[in-house]
Amino acid sequence: MRTTSTRIFTPIFALWTLSFALLLFAAAQAFSGDIDMFKGEKGIIRISGGTAHIPVMKEAARRIMAANPDINITIAGGGSGVGIKQVGEGLVDIGNSGRKATPEEIARYGLKLFQWALDGVTPVVNPANPVKQISGDNLRKIFSGTITNWKEIGGIDQRINLYTRDEASGTREVFFGKAMKKQKIAPSANVVVSNGAMKTAVAADPYGIGYVSVGHVDKTVHALVLDGVAPTIENIKNGKYPVSRGLFSNTKHTPTGLTKKFLDYMFTPEGQKIVAEHGFIPVK
Amino acid sequence: MKALTEKSVVAVFRGSAFLSAGAAALILGFLLVFGLPLFREGRIFSLVTTMWAPAEGRYGILPMLAGTAAIASLGVVLSIPLSFGAAALISVFAPRRWGRFFRAVFLMATGIPTVIYGFVGIFLLAPFVREFFDAGSGLCVLSAALMLAVLVTPTMTIFFVHGFDRTPRSYLQAVDALGGNDVQKLLYVILPGAWRHIIGGITLAAGRAQGDTLLALMLSGNAARIPGEPLESARTLTAHIALVFAADHESPEFLSIFVCGLMLYLFSTLTVVVLRRLEAPFRRQHR
Repeated sequence: MRTTSTRIFTPIFALWTLSFALLLFAAAQAFSGDIDMFKGEKGIIRISGGTAHIPVMKEAARRIMAANPDINITIAGGGSGVGIKQVGEGLVDIGNSGRKATPEEIARYGLKLFQWALDGVTPVVNPANPVKQISGDNLRKIFSGTITNWKEIGGIDQRINLYTRDEASGTREVFFGKAMKKQKIAPSANVVVSNGAMKTAVAADPYGIGYVSVGHVDKTVHALVLDGVAPTIENIKNGKYPVSRGLFSNTKHTPTGLTKKFLDYMFTPEGQKIVAEHGFIPVK
Repeated sequence: MKALTEKSVVAVFRGSAFLSAGAAALILGFLLVFGLPLFREGRIFSLVTTMWAPAEGRYGILPMLAGTAAIASLGVVLSIPLSFGAAALISVFAPRRWGRFFRAVFLMATGIPTVIYGFVGIFLLAPFVREFFDAGSGLCVLSAALMLAVLVTPTMTIFFVHGFDRTPRSYLQAVDALGGNDVQKLLYVILPGAWRHIIGGITLAAGRAQGDTLLALMLSGNAARIPGEPLESARTLTAHIALVFAADHESPEFLSIFVCGLMLYLFSTLTVVVLRRLEAPFRRQHR
């Protein structure tokens, strides 16, 4: 009993210590630069919505809270639809979306939009899958359910398991509009609820194919080269890679106080550096 | 003085009973009021009999009804023999000390959060199901039902054990005196007296299986179509509510989740009524 618990607790303890060390490091770093604008502030910022945004939001929040413990920032997911709805109804201060809010949404809620990054949406497969690139046509055939075996596009003789996102997903809307060209995604597709869950699902399924925000791609999944264009930051920036979108933070009416400072921070060199560090494309 | 205390205690208990019963009634009312627009136009009937294809303007929840029915029933059916065996072990077959140990373990297991089961399911069960049956993605009716069975088994077992333990000691001694063994004891003496608890346990487990959201959401794959076999992806009513809740407030998608809520309410009421019926003949017999 003792040995197993030691085995489990040692890494947890190590992680704990490490996170403390990181926190201290961040605090030390924070004493200079753009974070100074939060001096003397106190209060809560509630954020929800787009799941692509979460890593950047978390890092920004961590730095701000480390520099000023009187500020409390909460970050929830839910998807772009949730972000827009919740900020519109005053449930949160900032609602993130991975798509531009529609004119109706902007009018109904009096939204103000802040785009602080450019992002791409890329089809991903399991790293074990020998298929490394795909044509737009074949991608649409796969997701609409016409092609159901990997061997038809030069892979192994195995079924294709589709993964898509829920109704509220901005990532799904962008993929549906720009990669699928509004062609219907097969109803047999499995549905997952966040960019993170998509990555987990495809990383665990050798026959799976899904799509995630480019900022979320790491070595657990392989981003497919689409029509000969890799979804790199370079290609998204110069427009060669077509499935791209802005990452937005929305507020109800013009932001004030702490919320305004948070959004301002996202556009400072430090904020934009966080954006770049997480694989997204800064707007400044 | 004493009478007054007693009276107030009774009043408090009665109050809380009314309050919890009232909450159930209020929820039904809330669902009805919000679903009202659907009743008025008679759309509720078409909603529960058609498919889900929001891109084509169709918001039917038939696939989700099928999903909930398949996953919940399979989960409960799988957990009945498990719970029965576990309960028999705890209260009949195992030596006293082991019985007590297992009972404690099961009691503790009833409190494990669903999300833990979900993670175990995603990382261990789903890949296993995928490779073992060599079909689909492993996120399917079977995976969700298996994990659901594991989730409800402890609760069901505890109910069964309570039923088994109510057998009067003198009956058991009579079996021993007649030279009967443990199996005969269980089948002919303990079981007939424990029906009410067995059905009670199944009722509770069925309710929990229908109402569970997270396991289905994480393990069933959530494809909005009627599953043809246990290895296909399916979506439950609860998972559907969780997935669509996020959509626009004014949209027909959003309205459809009230129908889902109503159907869930109906489902669980129906389950309770049917199981109570089954139990009725035993009610007087074994007071």
